[in-house]
Amino acid sequence: MSLIAITEVKKRFGSNEVLKGISIDVQPGEVIAIIGKSGSGKSTLLRCINGLETIDDGSISVAGAQLLPDEIHLKALRLKVGMIFQQFNLFPHLTAGRNVMLSQMVVKKTPKDEAEAVARKMLDRVGLSQKFDAYPEELSGGQQQRVAIARALAMSPMALLCDEITSALDPELVAEVLAVVRELAAEGMTLLMVTHEMKFARDVCSRVVFMHQGRVHEIGRPEDVFAAPKTVELRQFLGLH
Amino acid sequence: MTYQFSFAWIIQYWPVLAKGIGITLELTLVGAVLGVALGTACAWARALGPNWLKPVVAAYVELIRNTPFMIQLFFIFFGLPSLGVQMSELTVANLAMVVNLGAYSCEIIRAGIQATPRGQFEAGASLAMTPFETFRHVVLLPAMRRIWPALSSQIVIVMLGSAVVSQIAVEDLTFAANFIQSRNFRAFETYIVSTLVYLVLAIAMRQILSGIGWVLFPGRKA
Amino acid sequence: MVEFTLWDILRNLLLATRWTILLSLVSFVGGGLVGLLLLFARIGKRRFARMLAVGYIELFQGTPLLMQLFLAFFGLGLVGIDVPAWLAAGTALILWTAAFLAEIWRGCVESIARGQWEASASLGMGRLQQMRYVILPQALKIAIPPTVGFSVQVVKGTALTSIIGFVELSKAGSVVTNATFLPFTVYGLVALIYFALCWPLSKSSQILERKLNVAHRDH
Repeated sequence: MSLIAITEVKKRFGSNEVLKGISIDVQPGEVIAIIGKSGSGKSTLLRCINGLETIDDGSISVAGAQLLPDEIHLKALRLKVGMIFQQFNLFPHLTAGRNVMLSQMVVKKTPKDEAEAVARKMLDRVGLSQKFDAYPEELSGGQQQRVAIARALAMSPMALLCDEITSALDPELVAEVLAVVRELAAEGMTLLMVTHEMKFARDVCSRVVFMHQGRVHEIGRPEDVFAAPKTVELRQFLGLH
Repeated sequence: MTYQFSFAWIIQYWPVLAKGIGITLELTLVGAVLGVALGTACAWARALGPNWLKPVVAAYVELIRNTPFMIQLFFIFFGLPSLGVQMSELTVANLAMVVNLGAYSCEIIRAGIQATPRGQFEAGASLAMTPFETFRHVVLLPAMRRIWPALSSQIVIVMLGSAVVSQIAVEDLTFAANFIQSRNFRAFETYIVSTLVYLVLAIAMRQILSGIGWVLFPGRKA
Repeated sequence: MVEFTLWDILRNLLLATRWTILLSLVSFVGGGLVGLLLLFARIGKRRFARMLAVGYIELFQGTPLLMQLFLAFFGLGLVGIDVPAWLAAGTALILWTAAFLAEIWRGCVESIARGQWEASASLGMGRLQQMRYVILPQALKIAIPPTVGFSVQVVKGTALTSIIGFVELSKAGSVVTNATFLPFTVYGLVALIYFALCWPLSKSSQILERKLNVAHRDH
């Protein structure tokens, strides 16, 4: 059974239809890269899966449970699927450790010492155990993004959605974040990532989705998609002529 | 026993209300035009004026902004005549409103000027403009466009604050309401009606001021 | 005729200033509590509550405080029989303050980046939890300077309560003027006392604001 089932999803902003019927099945442990030009709807799709946008048509289900736009269903969904944002969105008034602890304590009602133990473990996992007491403003962009990953991992999600998580970073900081993601993939985490890092997509992902004008234009294994693009649009996107 | 509301008196006293509305609007118009002019002059003085003038203007602004309008009004109306300065009630009201809005608009306009990029002053200077010419031609217009919303709300606040001038017998809208309720013994209804008139005036003024902003300061929002 | 020394005048004014301070405090605290309720209604999900809050704020910000005082005085008179001036004054000032504080605070809440709402939502927090743990702690920090700044308006607003007969600094000014026939001195002193109350508040609001801006630039 697929972990995330996206079926004929449509999304409109006003008269502008940004998703025109998307269907993707994600198996447990899969790492999927979503590529495409800006405006192709890839970020919107990810945001729909996390319930940050409501869908107009079609269905999304995670581990068999349907995504419905009320607070109880959304909460259940978000406990299963974590999300990492382009702009990190760490809580600036809390230390790195507190950032990771907060939702465990508030949402899952985990006792404080247990939450702290988990936070330390997760920060260690992203290589930042010594930054527990640092505030976000004292961290580099790459470190902030790794804290954001630790924060999502602390909720023990079944899958992670990564929305252009290296796009806001200075070039020299991209590698440290990708290394963490690579490790997660190796450990079997299900990942769905919108990315511009083509080399990373080719090396790490099990499948690549090319989106174009609100549709899945091509989908397949990276070696096929990158080496033998079937459509003109993908060839253009990859810079092949 | 329940209170019977009645609004039938409105027809009879409408001329009194209308006159009051007229005076409130007149006060606001004079206060707004002269007050903003005074505020602009003060803003210029604080930003680029001679050094002896800056602390004087600063003291004026701080004094006005940190005392109630009513006390300013009473000071001018009751206090100044003892120094031999005699003015009519209406003149006092006008003066108090100009002085009051002058201080507030000075601060607002100054904030707008301070938000001007340094390069604008330097560009003006490099084109051989004097500081005053740069202020007048380069700095003022974008600054005014930027702060027009804040200035507009301050003008509306001054209009609402003008209700106090009824206390020195200026026959404004509040004075009219006080007069009517002393005749018809329907204080609550009278004040409800005059309050709603103020509300309509405030809403209308906001619309008109934003329209004026479009005409006076066209172009892109800075 | 009795001669009044400057000290006599000042002492009487200062005694009345206690009531100005007390009324200001009551209005500010009471207005803050009502304002918080208004804020939650204004930014909440319930459409009806939101419209009600918008209407309330519009009404109190779009009409003179003096009229609100008259309405409280005569309106409460319709319900009870005898309305003491302090009750009408306190009621009107609390309701008036609430409208302004709610609007100031709404601006602060809305200035928190959308990503904060999204990140906390993606971690499974409900709306109240987002407010309590993520949005309000950040908004509170930004809200302090303008809130302190508005307290100046509250202090100045209390002057109007003299018109409905509450005896505070302004009323004492009128009374003392009528007894001494020294309006220039008396109203000058009244103004200075108000200045002494308000200026420290204005100044600290500015200093807090500047500190906050510096902290933000360092981010």
